[in-house]
Amino acid sequence: MEPLSRYPHPDRRGFLRLAGLRGAAWMTPIAHLLARAAEAPAERRRPAQSIIMLWLQGGPSQLETFDPHPGTNIAAGTGAVRTAVKDVQLAEGLERTAEEMRSVALIRSMVSKEGDHERGTYTMKTGFRPDPTVIHPSLGAICCHELPVAGVDIPRHVSILPGQWPARGGFLGESFDAFKTGDPAGEVRDTKSRTSRERDEQRLKHLEVIESAFARGRRGRVEGTLHRETLERARKMMSSEQLKAFDVSGEPLALRRSYGDTPFGRGCLAARRLIEVGVRCIEVTLDGWDAHVNNHAIHREHLAILDPALSALLRDLRERDLLKRTLVVVAGEFGRTPAINAVGGRDHWPNGFSVALAGGGIRGGKVIGETDPEGKEKPANPVSVGDLHATILTAVGIDPKKVNQTPIGRTVRFSEGEPIAALLEKKS
Amino acid sequence: MWRRNLLFLGLIAGGVFALGAGLMPPRQPKPQTRFDASAYQAPDFTAVVDRIDASFRQAWAEQKLPVAPHAPDLTVARRLALGLMATIPSLEEIRQFEYLPLEQRLPWWIDHILQDRRFADNYAERFARASVGTEDGPFIFYRRRRFVDWLAEQIAVNRPYDQLVRDLITSEGLWTDKPATNFITVTVQPDNKNQPDPVRLAGRVTRAFLGLRLDCAQCHNHPYAEWKQADFQGLSAFFGQTQLGFTGIHDAGGEYEVKDRRTDEMHTVAPRVPFASELLPTEGSRRQQLAGWITHSQNPYFARAAVNRVWALMLGRPLVDPVDNLESDTPAPPALDLLASDFIAHGFDLHRLIRVIACTQVFRLDSAAEHEIGETEEKAWSVFPLTRLRPDQVVGGVLQASSVATLNAESHILFRLARFGQRNDFVKSYGDNGEDEFDGHGGTIPQRLLMMNGGLLHEKTKDSPLNASTRIGWMAADDAHAVEAAYLSVLTRRPTPEEAEYFQRYLSDSELSRTQRFEDLFWTLLNSTEFSWNH
Repeated sequence: MEPLSRYPHPDRRGFLRLAGLRGAAWMTPIAHLLARAAEAPAERRRPAQSIIMLWLQGGPSQLETFDPHPGTNIAAGTGAVRTAVKDVQLAEGLERTAEEMRSVALIRSMVSKEGDHERGTYTMKTGFRPDPTVIHPSLGAICCHELPVAGVDIPRHVSILPGQWPARGGFLGESFDAFKTGDPAGEVRDTKSRTSRERDEQRLKHLEVIESAFARGRRGRVEGTLHRETLERARKMMSSEQLKAFDVSGEPLALRRSYGDTPFGRGCLAARRLIEVGVRCIEVTLDGWDAHVNNHAIHREHLAILDPALSALLRDLRERDLLKRTLVVVAGEFGRTPAINAVGGRDHWPNGFSVALAGGGIRGGKVIGETDPEGKEKPANPVSVGDLHATILTAVGIDPKKVNQTPIGRTVRFSEGEPIAALLEKKS
Repeated sequence: MWRRNLLFLGLIAGGVFALGAGLMPPRQPKPQTRFDASAYQAPDFTAVVDRIDASFRQAWAEQKLPVAPHAPDLTVARRLALGLMATIPSLEEIRQFEYLPLEQRLPWWIDHILQDRRFADNYAERFARASVGTEDGPFIFYRRRRFVDWLAEQIAVNRPYDQLVRDLITSEGLWTDKPATNFITVTVQPDNKNQPDPVRLAGRVTRAFLGLRLDCAQCHNHPYAEWKQADFQGLSAFFGQTQLGFTGIHDAGGEYEVKDRRTDEMHTVAPRVPFASELLPTEGSRRQQLAGWITHSQNPYFARAAVNRVWALMLGRPLVDPVDNLESDTPAPPALDLLASDFIAHGFDLHRLIRVIACTQVFRLDSAAEHEIGETEEKAWSVFPLTRLRPDQVVGGVLQASSVATLNAESHILFRLARFGQRNDFVKSYGDNGEDEFDGHGGTIPQRLLMMNGGLLHEKTKDSPLNASTRIGWMAADDAHAVEAAYLSVLTRRPTPEEAEYFQRYLSDSELSRTQRFEDLFWTLLNSTEFSWNH
């Protein structure tokens, strides 16, 4: 008896409908791919295929990262370094990233309406403010939904070192939630059977017996639960060669060192390996930027992790000719106040903070917006979170205006904003 | 000298015995909880159950739908445990259940559950998700744990539901001292002088207590429902005087102002209810007036919203879907109004509502039938729905299935603490549903990986004197009884003859050790569709 594939699947869509399983559209990725290939005109610029989101949880200070104002009061002593792009400076501590500046575009005038970590994270990851009536999908979920890939046995949406609020599928369904995994130095959890191969195979035979008893009188409905199909996919993942993409130990020592001997550095290296096997979106989190106290020390410490990882990632992607089809986003939930508080910290500041974009379809070296060197005025040329999302979606070839139906039939666009034309490479 | 040694040994032996008695107390084969079977026979109780049954039967007859047979009592007991306590019956409880005469079993079980703290805790968490959500909230001003504990206390003593809701809406004081005020403080806005948000409160109140999504009108006039933006703003204005100060939540004067989304100008909005304004009390603070209006016995939505939610918790699917939108396109089955009237007539008695639902024919139907079951049958409730268990129900089931004794509030504190940690870790990995508790999606790969290879399952099925798998292997009289006990522990049913034969053969001639074979049997049962779905 062939376990796990005994039942024919005559009308998969039929029972998807039957069970109301709306999130299971990925079941036919090849059909989607073919359909998309047919509609895309041949001369269009090839959009990016994957996104790597470096998520700086806690809210990094724009002044100590991508938007330094050296010599001003608000800098509070933070200096700046020159970059490979004339007239663009980064804060000290980002020396290596500065060398890669030709690939990096900056938005220095991000404005959000959410100054709370949880709500701010939701907003930046989904492009919408929290709404009690609907949960919006994060960027990675949208990409996986809109750009299916064939032949990938491992999850196409991954969150390495997930923080408290990893990327979610929202109304697209929890099958689009990011697959959470820890430091790549360890194994991907729960992907190894805890018994011998013989016992494992025998257990699956046992399962057949119980399953057929339960299917009696409810066959169609039990198939509609997709329980067994999901189990089958999980087993496929367990035995997949692609699972090795999570393991960075085989990479050359020098390369591993350049990313930094940190969980985040290893996460970035694993992200590159995952891109190579076809994963759509990887989120790598570096937590701990919430510098209400001792802002400068906290930033120094975290920049020492971010700078090597980010610069090595960009260089590595470029050298492997992957940067063109990979969009790298560096962002946190908000920035930090221009004024230093009584304990040497900076507090939450959603009114003019920075996001860096690099690779896939983004014009490197470009800077959008400007913040007030005295920290009083609103930023010039403000960019909303919706605009940022529209830009990213456009870069990966997804129409940000596309309207979707939530499970309750409400229509929601993928993004509320407008793409920033100046950041996007012209279609050739 | 030898006396001291003896005394020392004696003390150790005494300590071990006391610990053993604490960890593994002697168990009773006889049910210990009291119950009153006659309540289920009272004319006014059977009358409402009959009316509900008749309404469904009429609908089935009109649509000429075949009806599923009655489910076995043990299946119904499993549903009740999952729906009310978010766990499955223990082997010990199943033995107590079967000790009683047939006709007393389910009434005893329902009353037993309603007296169990696991029920109050579970319903408190479910109502908390509807009323304050799952977010951590502003951490200085919000104590979610206290809020849930308070709700559980109210539910345990069966406080009338309308009083409970009035407390949530109107409470004053500090969030630590008056836990109900956390309903207000969860909306405190750090970027607005730490004041509560009337807009979010109005949205919560209408969705959680009235089953209406007026907050969709927050940004735009609703295309098909009758609510207007002004309706929502009028409701928000009832919270416009609610403030947070040194003494906690209190009401001050002042008017509620909103910014026009187009012109950016501020204008004053007066409190106003969107319908049935004759029910609005004229006395009291604005919040008291709103609470009086919402919980008014003639408010057409209040009781129905509660009924719809309790039905959904017990059957896995609401009568009107989604659970917080009574104004959706699908007409409600007459059962909704019948249950709501009974709920009102009995002073918003939650326990009675649960008893009535548990005694309806629909609740007792099988999820399997000889005939073909399609969407029409599912929609008309002529068969019991098949719904995916929530993460907390799955972990509750795993923990209980692996213990012969009941895991309730009487378990040893060390075990309860350990379970608390195991539960949280599991739910975190399995993926919490958040507020969307009745989402029908089909499960995820990480969930299956966690069940197949995860630490908790391994821990709970491996060779250990605390695990049911090991203990059943030791204690069962023979293999037939052992297989039966394993099935009862995990799936709350006895094996079919084929299953019994298959596993008895496996137990007798496998090359593995006996405990390994039991481990495999438990692993398999826990990974089945049947275990992870309510049926």
